Amino acid sequence: MKQFLSFAKKEFLHIFRDTWTMMIILVLPVIMMLLFGYAVTTEIRDTNIGILDNSRDEISNRLIDKLDESEYFSVLKVFKSNSEIDKAFRRNEIYMAIVIENDFSKKLITGQNPKIQIIADASDPNHAKTLVNYASGVIAQSLMQETKANSPLSQINTEIKLLYNPLMKSSYNFVPGVMGFIIIIVCAMMTSISIVRERERGSMELLLASPVKPITIILSKVTPYFFLSIINILTIFLVSYFVMGVPIKGSLFWIFLLCIVYILVSLSLGILVSTIAKTQLVALIISAIILLMPSMLLSGMMFDISSMPLILQAIAQIMPAKWFISAIRKLMIMGVDVRFVLNEFLVLFSMGVFLILISLKKYKNRLE
Amino acid sequence: MDDVIVVRDLTKRFGHFVAVDNISFNVKKGEIFGFLGANGAGKTTAMRILCGLSRPTSGEASVGGFDIRHESEKIKKNIGYMSQKFSLYQDLKVWENIKLFAGIYGMKRNEIASKTDILLKELGFEKEKNTLVKDLPLGWKQKLAFSVAIFHNPKIVFLDEPTGGVDPITRRQFWEMIYDASQKGITVFVTTHYMDEAEYCDRVSIMVDGRIEAMNSPKELKREFNAENIDEVFRLLAKKSTRKEI
Repeated sequence: MKQFLSFAKKEFLHIFRDTWTMMIILVLPVIMMLLFGYAVTTEIRDTNIGILDNSRDEISNRLIDKLDESEYFSVLKVFKSNSEIDKAFRRNEIYMAIVIENDFSKKLITGQNPKIQIIADASDPNHAKTLVNYASGVIAQSLMQETKANSPLSQINTEIKLLYNPLMKSSYNFVPGVMGFIIIIVCAMMTSISIVRERERGSMELLLASPVKPITIILSKVTPYFFLSIINILTIFLVSYFVMGVPIKGSLFWIFLLCIVYILVSLSLGILVSTIAKTQLVALIISAIILLMPSMLLSGMMFDISSMPLILQAIAQIMPAKWFISAIRKLMIMGVDVRFVLNEFLVLFSMGVFLILISLKKYKNRLE
Repeated sequence: MDDVIVVRDLTKRFGHFVAVDNISFNVKKGEIFGFLGANGAGKTTAMRILCGLSRPTSGEASVGGFDIRHESEKIKKNIGYMSQKFSLYQDLKVWENIKLFAGIYGMKRNEIASKTDILLKELGFEKEKNTLVKDLPLGWKQKLAFSVAIFHNPKIVFLDEPTGGVDPITRRQFWEMIYDASQKGITVFVTTHYMDEAEYCDRVSIMVDGRIEAMNSPKELKREFNAENIDEVFRLLAKKSTRKEI
């Protein structure tokens, strides 16, 4: 125990005295939160659009006002001809154009289904798709009001209710994602590098020739990263709650327990990587390609897993981050009872046990 | 029995490659035993086996009276180890390094504290107690590393190329420290490829291609091979090598 404590203390000193390590651990989570919160946002807000109104009547005017009033769009240009639309797109002035056909009001009132054309810049397909969806929504709503006022016919009124995230804030989605990602960086990547560093610099040999047990060395190496991850989790919670306004609906106890289980899984991943990699560079590359990239792309943080090709869906199932993110979303954003995340808990727990067992086995073999 | 290291027919194979080929030797208590050989001759492998870092393929050996196969934990408590590759933790202070390694060997806190002050005084490092090891010159690091390796007063200290890259004056001082340790009864098992250093040893063995080709006091060896110095003896023996340098 005394050995363990003095080793853990040494490990803390290694971390505290290395500026870059400290930066990664303390600053990275905040930077990532701010980046995802304000820069890499998938929300649509005040996107510049252009209008070509061939009708210029009362209803089309009101429709344009509706679009401009909505928080999603701002009408930058009112065109006179089709050719101007093309120019505006080419100059990157607008991302979407809306063309209203002749005699709009008249056709609407007489039930002739007037046409509206939506032209979107699909060089970023996801963005274009979202723009079109939002625009259709605004237009449909506006026309609904018009026809209600003008026709005695009863209309089918669709009402959309967005559960758990009524404002469609993307922060609700990325907060769990950033947590899943940061823990992999700190626990798996940094830990594996720090263990491999001892081997690369030859200090591991010195330690192995001393009475200290290998298990003590490993446990004391991961201890500081365990505590630092908890600090990271707390930082992310604080930033998301106070700065981004993301609610924490579920029980704090279960949320933290989930985080701790996930931290342990990531630490064992780090130990496993350290038993495979012989140099710090290799450890870095393995963690980056096999752990970090899939944790970001396949965990459901950025892209929806159910719409991926089958092979990627299968890979996603073995990423601990996927299970963690899914569980933390349910617990934190939806505020469901822990019963509904038992599955995730179980998967993460089994992954942890499995990884610890094979790392220990591998670690012993490496001594020879 | 005065022999602290007894090696009988020790062999280590890696696949078809015989790194250590049936070697036998004894090292007496308090002796400075030089373990010489070209790179790849098998000296580091043999030394790793004696330190409990690696298991032999066949043969027997005991270190400090403990069997290397079954009592490696006891061996580890009774030896000190220093390698050229790594001396101390660079980003820890001088006293932190001493405390860490002394703690590993189970020394008590106040014993460590008082002994640290004595050691630093002896080395003339009093002012460097709070210096990070990376800010020390290489020679100082090596001296400090040796002091740390024998800080817990082991029966035997294993030194793997301890003076690599060190200037001649510091090497001289380093060997004085080795003599002091040997005076205190610590057995010194040292590998080196500086042949002039071999002259300082009580006895040397010269390994060629995994086998011990010669073993005696430097004086006897020179007479036996009719050579002026150990370097010449070494050259005569090394000619037999068929192994390429790794």
